Amino acid sequence: MSTEPILSVRGLTMEFGGIRALDKLDLQIYPGQIAALIGPNGAGKTTFFNCLTGIYMPTAGELHLSPPEQPGRRLNGLKPNQVTEAGLARTFQNIRLFPGMTVLENVMIGRHCRTKAKIFGAILRNPGTRKEEKETVDISMALLAKVGLADVADEFARNLPYGAQRRLEIARALATEPLLLLLDEPAAGMNPQETQNLTSLIRNIRDEGLSILLIEHDMKLVMSLSDYIFVVDYGRKIAEGTSEEVRINPVVIKAYLGEEVEYA
Amino acid sequence: MDVITLKDCRKALIAALWFMFLTFPLLVIKVNTTENLVIWRWHNLLYVGVAAGSASLLTSIFRGLHDRKREQQRHQEKVIHISLTERFFSNPVVSRPVLAAGALFFLIFPLLFSTYQVNIMTTALMYVVLGLGLNIVVGVAGLLNLGYVAFYAVGAYTYALLNMHFGVGFWVALPLGGIMAALFGILLGFPVLRLRGDYLAIVTLGFGEIILLVLKNWAEFSQGPGGISNISRPGFFGMEMSMATTLNYQYYLTIAMVLLTIFVINRLQNSRIGRALFALREDEIACQAMGIDKTTIKLTAFALGATWAGLAGVLFAAKNAYVNPDSFTFLESAMILCIVVLGGMGSIVGVIIGALILILLPEYLRAFSDYRMLAFGALLVIMMVFRPQGIVANIRRSYHKKDSAP
Repeated sequence: MSTEPILSVRGLTMEFGGIRALDKLDLQIYPGQIAALIGPNGAGKTTFFNCLTGIYMPTAGELHLSPPEQPGRRLNGLKPNQVTEAGLARTFQNIRLFPGMTVLENVMIGRHCRTKAKIFGAILRNPGTRKEEKETVDISMALLAKVGLADVADEFARNLPYGAQRRLEIARALATEPLLLLLDEPAAGMNPQETQNLTSLIRNIRDEGLSILLIEHDMKLVMSLSDYIFVVDYGRKIAEGTSEEVRINPVVIKAYLGEEVEYA
Repeated sequence: MDVITLKDCRKALIAALWFMFLTFPLLVIKVNTTENLVIWRWHNLLYVGVAAGSASLLTSIFRGLHDRKREQQRHQEKVIHISLTERFFSNPVVSRPVLAAGALFFLIFPLLFSTYQVNIMTTALMYVVLGLGLNIVVGVAGLLNLGYVAFYAVGAYTYALLNMHFGVGFWVALPLGGIMAALFGILLGFPVLRLRGDYLAIVTLGFGEIILLVLKNWAEFSQGPGGISNISRPGFFGMEMSMATTLNYQYYLTIAMVLLTIFVINRLQNSRIGRALFALREDEIACQAMGIDKTTIKLTAFALGATWAGLAGVLFAAKNAYVNPDSFTFLESAMILCIVVLGGMGSIVGVIIGALILILLPEYLRAFSDYRMLAFGALLVIMMVFRPQGIVANIRRSYHKKDSAP
């Protein structure tokens, strides 16, 4: 593991009116790592994702993406689509597919920012556009095969079962060729078998060289999968470390289970 | 399971009574003011009751059969539901002759029918272009635009004014009208970038009214409500044409325009830009998260849609040789929107069928002149209740099968 973090977040603060949802959050993710962000409900995990991906404008803080062997990039103030272009792809907690489009089209949309056919190219369908279109289809089909959805490529996305929709979201995010994949509760609502499949899928993605940051409530999944864990509560980072370190950390136990009360 | 249940009968009875009550003042009471007489036409009440009752009963039976069929299907394992349109287009043995017959019909239409019919058909085809243009904005990108007719007006007045002041001909004005409308599309696009749904609809409605009011009241610019007359008709290498020939020529011109529109829009829909537009309709936030620039794609949608309205506007001005603001009221926008919704949002074939039905039907219903608009309204209501997705539902597109097949 290299010493240069791929994503570094410094002093990230997000305020909604008087409420401070994120409070001076610091966080580093290294290349090839599966990192997890955990915390009780309302701790600010999804807010963190939204700040990172440009949906919210953070009140303060620095977001830096430094891909290996490429110049780093500051993510503050970028629009969501620019963040995706820079190499951050995400999935959503409540699935946000394009339900009226086919499974294949959903993944092809992910290729949008890596392709460049314009209106006149589309109308004239010149060789360049046709080649690009064919590549888009090929890459998308390969990604569908990877997540095990190739045989339902022509089905409408809304007709897929829940677990398959989750996997489609991952395939769609991968189509944007990210450096870092952000997964917002990917195992939510999945049965044990589906969670099992998901675990191996995430591992495979990591083994191909991507870094992953996931938010998850399923502790078993987090503990077995993550190389490094950040724990947040009330918008503040209360602990970080490997799964063993976090598991026995008294602050974390307190945040999750509450404090023992001494009765007089 | 019975075909007719007691519940259906009761429902039919209620429907009959309700319709009798509703139509009572209209169909039963007739006041003769000259002789101060009230004529009670009770037999009409009977007709209405019987008609409404049997209609309700028939609907119930139809529904029952439909449900039963669906129930049976559910028992069979994994039924893949494919819509009629999809089956039609995936089967070239059926679709090709039908399409060819349709093309032939439109091609020899002027030879078969009177100039009056040709004129009506030309108008209907113009609405096809307008419908397809609005379809990009409403059907594909999901941006409800109630002021679409403004772009139509921009196109028409571009040609009218250029022709009046500078004697610019039809063929030069055609692209200019399109470009002008596209610019206005972008102009409207900027303030509404953040808006969606109802709010967007209201702003576009206002935009349409602004254009209309400017055309009506800025007399120095547009000659006001009197309009601009004596606009040159489309020429063909300076040939002299009789009135009938001109009409036929305009008909074929419009056909060419429709074909061009279909060609371009079809290609656009199956492209990177088209997919991005579809994605914008489906989920704006996910769309951005996939790296699509919301601003660009929205402006693209408005500009693309407006272009076709502008082209149709130039055609309209040339066809009538006269424009005035009354041709561009909100009712026109509503009509074009109806075409898109009735035909099927996002579907090219649907919009074509929708335009032909909605424009031709009122013409041919003139025989029942009194009930013409009533029947028209009833059709719209029935359509939206029973088939909200439109005549032709959006077809799912397949990319990879085409490529893998030799």
